[in-house]
Amino acid sequence: MSVIKISENEFEEKIKNSEKKVLVDCYADWCGPCKMLAPVIEELSEEVPDCEFYKLNVDESGEIAEKYGIMSIPTVLIFKNNELIDTLVGFRTKEELKKILTGE
Amino acid sequence: MYDIIIVGAGPAGLTAALYALRANKKVLVLEAKTYGGQIINAHKIDNYPGMKGVSGFELATNLYNQVKELGVEYRTEEVIGIEEDKTVVTQKNKYNAKAIILATGAENRKLGLENEHKYIGRGVSYCATCDGNFYKGKTVAVAGGGNTALEDAIYLANIAEKVYLIHRRDEFRGEAKYVDELKTKENVEFVLNSNVIKINGDSKIESLEVQDKEGKIRTIETNALFIAIGQEPRNEIFKNLINIDRYGYIESEDGVHTNQQGIYVAGDARVKTLRQLVTAMSDGAIAADTAIKEEE
Repeated sequence: MSVIKISENEFEEKIKNSEKKVLVDCYADWCGPCKMLAPVIEELSEEVPDCEFYKLNVDESGEIAEKYGIMSIPTVLIFKNNELIDTLVGFRTKEELKKILTGE
Repeated sequence: MYDIIIVGAGPAGLTAALYALRANKKVLVLEAKTYGGQIINAHKIDNYPGMKGVSGFELATNLYNQVKELGVEYRTEEVIGIEEDKTVVTQKNKYNAKAIILATGAENRKLGLENEHKYIGRGVSYCATCDGNFYKGKTVAVAGGGNTALEDAIYLANIAEKVYLIHRRDEFRGEAKYVDELKTKENVEFVLNSNVIKINGDSKIESLEVQDKEGKIRTIETNALFIAIGQEPRNEIFKNLINIDRYGYIESEDGVHTNQQGIYVAGDARVKTLRQLVTAMSDGAIAADTAIKEEE
């Protein structure tokens, strides 16, 4: 697995059609902590095969940012069965994220 | 057994690692979150000599790669304490070293409001350059009176529809040229001699309650509160061994030694007058050099 960049238009479809947990890393190019988080999510996608991993550039996705009340980045959204189950604001370590995704 | 364990991978800690590694020492760096420290929030650094405009992320990543190449042992583990025999205790392990350098840095000071934490990412922010863009055409408030608060207010005035600058005194600690610039901006309103006492809103900030010197309470409608009231260190975990001042900074007579032999301090974590990238790095170099000489 790896982290796939999606556009605003693809967002709904990816969330809706997945039977797995879906993690979306909401970032922007000018955001330092986002750049720190990106490789963490990348590693995570290798280690947690039961989830899907996407990244969304909030500068290109104003409507999604508005819809999910994203006011600070990085923000990680986690969905299951088309439902938002967690919103994590700010940098998180791989272990923290893994725990949230796998419950271990 | 390591020669040197460095707690914290900000500019001070990584520079200490760089100097220690170049002296062929066995070095372990422990970091709770990510390398880089506070500087990763800086989009553009204009006071780092010789590298005008470099981003905090770029600088931190270069420094990190530099120490990686030299063979640093780097672990993402939160330190929860140190013991007298120079054992460093993390949430998972215990490590021993001949010398320890504390480079724990500082983090943004909180206002201390009851529900402040709940609104982080929902309107409360400690970094205007990180989150300011989400408030295009909206109303924001900045709390603070130093240079950071003033710079934040100027930055936000160019993005937001309206900026309230809330400060507990009637004079600013920050530079006069920033205050003058803010006074020329029509969308900036000064709310002086006032403290934020409450944040209101359901899922995100809707308004603030602000109390002035006379005790009068005013409600300010806003979408965001940018808090820029300085930094606070996190050295509580060391106070069984290390002398810290009443603000939580590690005391050091010469800016490198702590009260414990073989335990040194570098960067924002210590009592000092100028907390800047260059001074943090300088501290790191001096701490490593001192540790190497004294442990031989």
